[in-house]
Amino acid sequence: MAGDDCRILICAGTGCLAGGSREICHKFEELSQNIDNVSVEFGREIAHVGVKKSGCHGFCEMGPLVRIEPMNYLYIKVKPEDCEEIFNETILKGKPVERLLYEIDGVKYESQEEIPFYAKQTRLVLKNCGHIDAESIDEYLAVGGYSAIEKALFEMKPEEVVAVVEESNLRGRGGGGFQTGYKWRQVAKQPEITRYVVCNGDEGDPGAFMDRSIMEGDPHKMIEGMMVAAYAAGAQEGYVYVRAEYPLAVSRLEQAIAQAESYNLLGDNILGTDFSFRLHINRGGGAFVCGEGSALTASIEGERGMPRTKPPRTVEQGLFGKPTVLNNVETYANVPMIVENGADWFLQIGPKNSPGTKAFALTGSVNNTGLIEVPMGTTLGEVIFTIGGGVKNDAGFKAVQIGGPSGGCLIDSDLSLPLDFDSLKKKGAMIGSGGLVVMDEHTCMVEVARFFMNFTQNESCGKCVPCREGTMRMLEILERIVIGEGSEVDLDILEELGEAITDTALCGLGKSAALPVLSTLRTFRDEYEAHLEKKCPAGSCEKLRSYIIKAEACKGCSKCARNCPVGAIEGVIKSPYTINQESCIKCGACIDSCPFKAIYIA
Amino acid sequence: MLDQSYYDKTDQIVGVFGTHQSALIPIIQGIQNEYRYLPPELLTYVAGKLGITEAKAYGVATFYENFSFDPKGKYIIKVCDGTACHVRKSIPILDYLQKELKLSKEKCTTDDMVFTVETVSCLGACGLAPVLTVNDKVYPAMTPEKAGKLIEELRGEEQCD
Repeated sequence: MAGDDCRILICAGTGCLAGGSREICHKFEELSQNIDNVSVEFGREIAHVGVKKSGCHGFCEMGPLVRIEPMNYLYIKVKPEDCEEIFNETILKGKPVERLLYEIDGVKYESQEEIPFYAKQTRLVLKNCGHIDAESIDEYLAVGGYSAIEKALFEMKPEEVVAVVEESNLRGRGGGGFQTGYKWRQVAKQPEITRYVVCNGDEGDPGAFMDRSIMEGDPHKMIEGMMVAAYAAGAQEGYVYVRAEYPLAVSRLEQAIAQAESYNLLGDNILGTDFSFRLHINRGGGAFVCGEGSALTASIEGERGMPRTKPPRTVEQGLFGKPTVLNNVETYANVPMIVENGADWFLQIGPKNSPGTKAFALTGSVNNTGLIEVPMGTTLGEVIFTIGGGVKNDAGFKAVQIGGPSGGCLIDSDLSLPLDFDSLKKKGAMIGSGGLVVMDEHTCMVEVARFFMNFTQNESCGKCVPCREGTMRMLEILERIVIGEGSEVDLDILEELGEAITDTALCGLGKSAALPVLSTLRTFRDEYEAHLEKKCPAGSCEKLRSYIIKAEACKGCSKCARNCPVGAIEGVIKSPYTINQESCIKCGACIDSCPFKAIYIA
Repeated sequence: MLDQSYYDKTDQIVGVFGTHQSALIPIIQGIQNEYRYLPPELLTYVAGKLGITEAKAYGVATFYENFSFDPKGKYIIKVCDGTACHVRKSIPILDYLQKELKLSKEKCTTDDMVFTVETVSCLGACGLAPVLTVNDKVYPAMTPEKAGKLIEELRGEEQCD
């Protein structure tokens, strides 16, 4: 036995669970069963070999991840068969299992903190994710959890809490970037005494999973943030709106709320004070538009998730018509540490007009995909190349889509751009929720624009004409362009429509729906022009590629010619056949019928 | 005509969430959870219990993507077509599954009621793209071939049942 108390932390975020971390957990539980002096209990004072299901570490492609403390070894791509070796070598002898360590550029990294992916990050909001048992309130308490609400309740007045959040200049992390403290102040000064605190856990942006990781990996931190908000704004009830596609987040939150209630940290007379606060969970129904504030509250009220005009603003008349604090998951997760450490501490991180850190979900054609947290103001290049490890397969960097389907594309000349609210706005892009999808030279930007317009059009609630009709028309044009049936005037119409929709749509979804198209038209106009000439430079759009028969592989059986619906294939039996490119309609029937795999798409 | 047990179950669910209009969505989510789809008769029944019009209830149920008035298969396969998965080629997987099971966008459940194939916009497991789920169990880093093997596996289990 290595003498010290060992903890085996197995990542149980959705990603690693999918990779089999539950089996690994069982294996370790089995192995540690036979060791004397083992008690699997929670609490920092007790010596034990603990096996904990933790939240997402963020290093998703390297999962399942296993972390052994106190040595801080991080093992990647662990399989159940590896458990015994890990147990014998690391737990019993204290030595690392070399082959399971992360390696890059010939260097093996033993501890998680040294790996560049982690070393360059500043994990504050995500601090506990992957380090504590997400299903244990005791572990959260052990690392100082719930001391912010304690401080607020016993040492501060509600106005003082509002003041510290205002001073800290915490801006909304859901994408709006609105001053959080100002929002709370507005609610606090309303004459209506019934108020609500609502958490937007809808995270509908494809490619974003920051909020999921926080809800799964550190639910108590978010709950504590909501409690502080409730105390500051005078609310007695709160709602967490979680999208239905996050079942694990829902169950972890349900568990966390039940635990907090049993500890008198939620419910009536919290910690013996006059402050009472109840939390409910509402699951989404699969509507992206419900990420919009007024649509979200409508959904909680049992209505169709359709946004409404503002004013009145949510802070005056929100949920059930009452003043409501509506903030994002990550925003709430920032609150406890601001209350504990003060506004000045927070202002030291990142630029003054955009302080603090931001969690980004780095995905797409990048080597280290996963969840990262960096100070605001970190450059795009640092994120993609230093932390992300560069573009996958050494392909050329083409663009990075930032801010989800409402965001713009940034290119290599933007790599020195600092990631903060204002710098991006100046560039016609936005941080949005924090999804960063890296695209390489094989990605067709016109197809990307079509893909996003398709998504937004589907999700349009249908209430206002600009969005309902406008996105439909834009989508039709884009669909024609990707199959080579676009014309020059289409590009002008796209621009005109895009600007009209942006100016006149009712809500954020509509207002930003055209952004991917307008952004790519600006930076990749040549690609659009090429499509008008029926060519796809990235070699991606199927209808613009050429179907070619490989002469060496073709046995001249004529099956393809017989299956071709337009008779575009010619040849003589037992000699290689050829496809007439002009008649070819790119249906793919020939490929399906060829028994020798002799036809390919160029 | 539905069995009385359906209505009893619904009463149970209404008991948990209450009869205020704001309970509508959790109630139909509960029903859908139980029966894997939303029987139209139960929607009417719930509207009555909550004191709202059928039109209102229908409007809400049809607004949200998740609710289905058609019974689903035993295995609900959701292929993620979010940005990250799309960039990592999720569509070929979808095409393969639809071809294998003779399904399409309009017909998403096999006649033997074993498989339903749908797309979903983002499961939040982007680091492992492309992803699909079978009844909420997540399968990472999929390919058309792996999807084919998965179907065979599930068919095998189905026969054993």
